[in-house]
Amino acid sequence: MITSFLPLVAAVLFAIGAIGVLIRRNAIVILMCIELMLNAVNLTFASYAYELRSMAGHVFIFFVMTVAAAEAAVGLGIVIAVFRKRQSADVDDVNLMRW
Amino acid sequence: MEPSILSLVIEALLKVAFVIGLVMGGVTYMTWVERRVAGIIQDRLGPNRVGFAGLLQPIADGLKFLFKEDILPPHVYKPFYILAPTLIFVPSLLGSTVIPFGDSIHLFGRDIPLQVADLNVGILFIFAMSAMGVYGIALAGWSSNNKFSLMGGLRSSAQLISYELAMGLSVVGVLMVAGSLRLNEVVESQSGFHWNAFTQPIGLLCFVVAAFAETNRAPFDLPECESELVAGYHTEYSSMKFAMFMMAEYANMITAAALMVTLYFGGWQVPGLSKAALSPLAVSLIQVGAFLFKTAFFLFLFVWVRWTLPRFRFDQLMDLGWKALFPLALLQIFATALFILWGWL
Amino acid sequence: MLVINIIAFVAIFSALMVVFHRSPMVSVVFLIVNLVCIALFFLFLHAQFLFAIQLIVYAGAIMVLFVFVVMLLNLRKEEELLPGWRVQRALAFVGGPLLVGALWTALWRRGRSSEAFPGSFGSGFGTAEDIGQLLFNDYLFQFEAASVLLVVAMIGAVVLARRKES
Repeated sequence: MITSFLPLVAAVLFAIGAIGVLIRRNAIVILMCIELMLNAVNLTFASYAYELRSMAGHVFIFFVMTVAAAEAAVGLGIVIAVFRKRQSADVDDVNLMRW
Repeated sequence: MEPSILSLVIEALLKVAFVIGLVMGGVTYMTWVERRVAGIIQDRLGPNRVGFAGLLQPIADGLKFLFKEDILPPHVYKPFYILAPTLIFVPSLLGSTVIPFGDSIHLFGRDIPLQVADLNVGILFIFAMSAMGVYGIALAGWSSNNKFSLMGGLRSSAQLISYELAMGLSVVGVLMVAGSLRLNEVVESQSGFHWNAFTQPIGLLCFVVAAFAETNRAPFDLPECESELVAGYHTEYSSMKFAMFMMAEYANMITAAALMVTLYFGGWQVPGLSKAALSPLAVSLIQVGAFLFKTAFFLFLFVWVRWTLPRFRFDQLMDLGWKALFPLALLQIFATALFILWGWL
Repeated sequence: MLVINIIAFVAIFSALMVVFHRSPMVSVVFLIVNLVCIALFFLFLHAQFLFAIQLIVYAGAIMVLFVFVVMLLNLRKEEELLPGWRVQRALAFVGGPLLVGALWTALWRRGRSSEAFPGSFGSGFGTAEDIGQLLFNDYLFQFEAASVLLVVAMIGAVVLARRKES
């Protein structure tokens, strides 16, 4: 029961995160929607690890969390650096290389 | 004999009532202890008029807070402003649920562990709760819409997450010796005189200093002191919400003191007790009493250090956390690993 | 089962609030709520160690980073939510449900795994010892690589956020 319900919840969360990345302009909120997608993936891994009784899923989640932490740190560093130059955290304003 | 659901529920409710009663009672009377001990250290009497030796003073304080006007400033962001004191208070209460306050006693035909929740990842749950407690302060600072509160909230959050690191690392040595994350097994690995305080003194020092910083207490209370940032992150709070910040600080102190006792000073163990020919129930009660006594001593230590040392400047505080405690905790892990390898621990 | 339904509802609601609320700080707080819900799901799935790690690392450290940045950059300015880019906006709202549909179809149509389930839910599943055994024996190289990754990320974050002294 639980193993058929939770991956569906994870799919919905993943889609919500994807919509968020597409329609928001604030760089920090986009990073947060990426974290939402990563968490949906973690939830899927955990459900299938529970169903197949395999700990490999948990190890995968561990590494996904590590990478998410590293990516959040560097991403926020980039946002701060861009904010210092342009005084705005809007991704539409980062358009120097646009044609 | 399988215990019935009803008896399990009653057992859980009684344990929860006991722990919460203990923590809340402790919070209330810590204010009295604090003011009396401060008086003794400063060579004056503390409050001694309300009731015998001032023992009804906390009740008078509580009534005062209840009757004060609860101001809701118009410029704050109301949802977070109202939520923040709860966000600080609830994790500190939750953290005290996994601490074992006694050995399992044998009542009504089965063993009842004296611990509200025997989690497999006990210690990590306490760290998770202290990580959640950071948000209450950050949100209180942000929602107050006030530069001083914002700076106070930022500084306090930075302090909390820096010292969480040192606290977690200093506990790794204890976990290596105990071989498990369950707090019951940590206590049982310190039987006899093998208290971790004697075998891992550097870790104990790191943990105690980090616990002072984590509870925003003693020389690390810059974010909330009166002379610096007005009153830091609780500038805009009044009456019962302010009281909840104070209560949360004391509840955090009680959890930290209980944790210190559990991890480093043998928890509920009393060396040499089982040799005495007492009934098991009396042994259990003595062990609970020993736990409470040790926790009380550490609470006294918290108060003692607060009224003795001047407070740190914020950059000194961060230097201490990152440049002194963090390498010391790593050194402790390394040394413990070597000792276990050589068979000394 | 009822509890899981309630937690799932709260998780989806908070995810919608993350995406559709105008103020970044409120989005951060709703994301924290969502992460706590996911941690509770981990607890239901017998992943106790990951429950604690999710709360400590994700909800307790990564989101504190986000809170810091929002507070420091003082992002109180609430953006107009769906300004222009009508084509992109429409495509997003059509593509979202399509994505959910595609994922659900993939989930319903997968074959049942035929091998017998290897382990049981003894006291070992989901505990720290089990993950530790795997991390330090089978996945040792990945573990060390992850630690190198974290060091690189730390250096990168410090370099990026540093003020130029010129």
